[in-house]
Amino acid sequence: MRHIISILLENEPGALSRVVGLFSQRNFNIETLNVAPTEDPSLSRLTVTTVGDDRVIEQITKHLNKLIDVVKLVDLTEGNHIERELMLVKVKALGSARDEVKRTVDIFRAQIVDVTPSLYTVQITGDAGKLDAFLQAMAPVGILEVARTGVSGIARGDKVLSL
Amino acid sequence: MELLSGADMIARFLQDEGIEYIYGYPGGAALHIYDALFRQDKVKHILVRHEQAATHAADGYARASGKAGCVLVTSGPGATNAVTGIATAYMDSIPMVVLCGQVASHLIGEDAFQETDIVGVTRPIVKHSFSIRHPSEIPEVLKKAFYLASTGRPGPVVVDIPKDMTAPTERYEYVYPKKVKLRSYNPVTRGHTGQIKKAVEMMLKAKRPVFYTGGGVVTGKASEGLTDLVKQLGYPITTTLMGIGAYPQSDRQCLGWLGMHGSYESNMAMHHADLIIAIGARFDDRVTNSTSKFCPTAKIIHVDVDPSSISKTVRADVPIVGPASSVINEMISLVQGHKIAHPEALTEWWQKVDGWRADREGKLYEPSKPGEALKPQEVIEALCRVTRGEAYVTTDVGQHQMFAAQYYKFDKPNRLITSGGLGTMGFGFPAAMGIKQNYPDDDVVCVTGEGSFQMMMQELSTCKQYGVGVKIVNLNNASLGMVRQWQDLNYKSRHAHSYMESLPDFHMLIEAYGFTAITVTTIDELEPALERAFADKHELVFLDVKVDPFEHVYPMQVPLGAMRDMLLSKTERT
Repeated sequence: MRHIISILLENEPGALSRVVGLFSQRNFNIETLNVAPTEDPSLSRLTVTTVGDDRVIEQITKHLNKLIDVVKLVDLTEGNHIERELMLVKVKALGSARDEVKRTVDIFRAQIVDVTPSLYTVQITGDAGKLDAFLQAMAPVGILEVARTGVSGIARGDKVLSL
Repeated sequence: MELLSGADMIARFLQDEGIEYIYGYPGGAALHIYDALFRQDKVKHILVRHEQAATHAADGYARASGKAGCVLVTSGPGATNAVTGIATAYMDSIPMVVLCGQVASHLIGEDAFQETDIVGVTRPIVKHSFSIRHPSEIPEVLKKAFYLASTGRPGPVVVDIPKDMTAPTERYEYVYPKKVKLRSYNPVTRGHTGQIKKAVEMMLKAKRPVFYTGGGVVTGKASEGLTDLVKQLGYPITTTLMGIGAYPQSDRQCLGWLGMHGSYESNMAMHHADLIIAIGARFDDRVTNSTSKFCPTAKIIHVDVDPSSISKTVRADVPIVGPASSVINEMISLVQGHKIAHPEALTEWWQKVDGWRADREGKLYEPSKPGEALKPQEVIEALCRVTRGEAYVTTDVGQHQMFAAQYYKFDKPNRLITSGGLGTMGFGFPAAMGIKQNYPDDDVVCVTGEGSFQMMMQELSTCKQYGVGVKIVNLNNASLGMVRQWQDLNYKSRHAHSYMESLPDFHMLIEAYGFTAITVTTIDELEPALERAFADKHELVFLDVKVDPFEHVYPMQVPLGAMRDMLLSKTERT
């Protein structure tokens, strides 16, 4: 099963490589990875999506917790949560396809953020499924380039991941 | 206020931390530090002949004393040579701090002379690592390094020190930090009381219980408590290779050690148990054999200080995260005043266990007949007699390691010093050196083989320089015995590169360093040679014992089988 693990990490050189290294060292897998500093400059928030059965996920969280640089973590998939991903896509937009692309962008509540005579650059946010669906819809028109951030997430309600 | 250079801070910190010996090898990037060590006399630096030996020596000391070992190497090849020793310590959870010189900060990343990203290289084999970014942070970083290395589940910590951080001209305030705090590191100090209660209830109700304890009891300094608990309950106990001596092996309740080459009765008891009480052990593959067939009728209580060790390979029914000592003490107080629920079942269980023990008595190996080559097993038994079972015994890796663990009887923890997890050939001799320097009045013997010994024999020179009187028992079968055994069993005796051609004349080699060597070929020569070797505690003596090259280590678990599936000799199996 797919899990989203959010980690508060010491914002120090080498900390990220310890997290990433752990996954390859222990034969765990990383589907997406997203990392940036938080409002507290001494902490980064790292979100990783991974796939595994309960035993594997238990091992992943235990080993992550053992890393000295990992301050706190939560498996967001254990409760209600919001997950979002941002994607920028360059798609061909020529002739009749220009309108077609614009309509699809509206349906997906995406935005066109850059325009040239031959292509649109589309910005879209949502969960991974929505982004995948958008790419599928654009495939016949012609996708030129895709940049995805990977999943970022946060728990719903009063639950807070902080020190 | 005291102003010190980075290098002087390191020397001073080691003094303030109470470090007596530091093992190392100098080089360009570490020279400021070496100069600082030279200008003081509290911390003694031991110059090894290869950096791997420095780590093994510090490791041996750490295992024998329970305190962190300390190593100093230079950048690049100095640091990479230490890698095997760091990995050895990591796999066996041994506290160690390794200080590595590094090229100056402005050169980092430029492929400078003797530059290696040692923090990157060692990342998967350390508990944690630090890079010094400013000289003023040295005292705090070193304190953190020692704190991390020796608390919780211990392990090696690497500190990378660029040369400019130790420059003699740059001075900063030095204060010895008495305490450190890391917001993300709070090792557990006790187990969950509810879980411990549940475990003790199961323990009291068990019909076929067995204790299975490991290195965590030794490093966690919990042997006394364990012995107390096991005696109170009257249950059988088996230990891992790393846990040998945590419970006295001469006691009736001790079944020896378990696993691939463990005792028949240990493996049989585990397989038939209804309750396994695992403490400070990690269910590794050399213990469990096939996990799908592991102990089919047993419930499992698993106590470990490291939560990631629990349910890693075998699911625990009652997991308890906590240090062995405090959990055991809590168990003792809960057991006191309670009687076990099924004393008649325990009696029956002991009859079974004693039956297994009796099955193999006197059949473990066939002693040599007059005129035949010595059996390695009888050499270890003689060694145990001559040293009254009280020596520190280090080993290298292979058949001799298993024989030493099987036939020397250890009644104390920290006495068998062996590379269990990584299985590092070359470990034994430098480890013995590190122990002997710290325990000069004790007998310290390295049981080795001619293959392993040649991996670190350059340390004879170090022993000469510092007058280290270790004893070396070389079980010389002129072959890589364990490799050969597997080739006999799995490759129709095709001995691919397991035969040591062109062995040196060990007698001449040892004498070249000015030490005594004795060659032993017959049983009559054996005990007198051992007596002679141990006569003077401060003399290095090397026994070159020619042993039967055809001998195999048994019992040996059958691959992919259960605990009980064992080869018992070349012709018998369970």
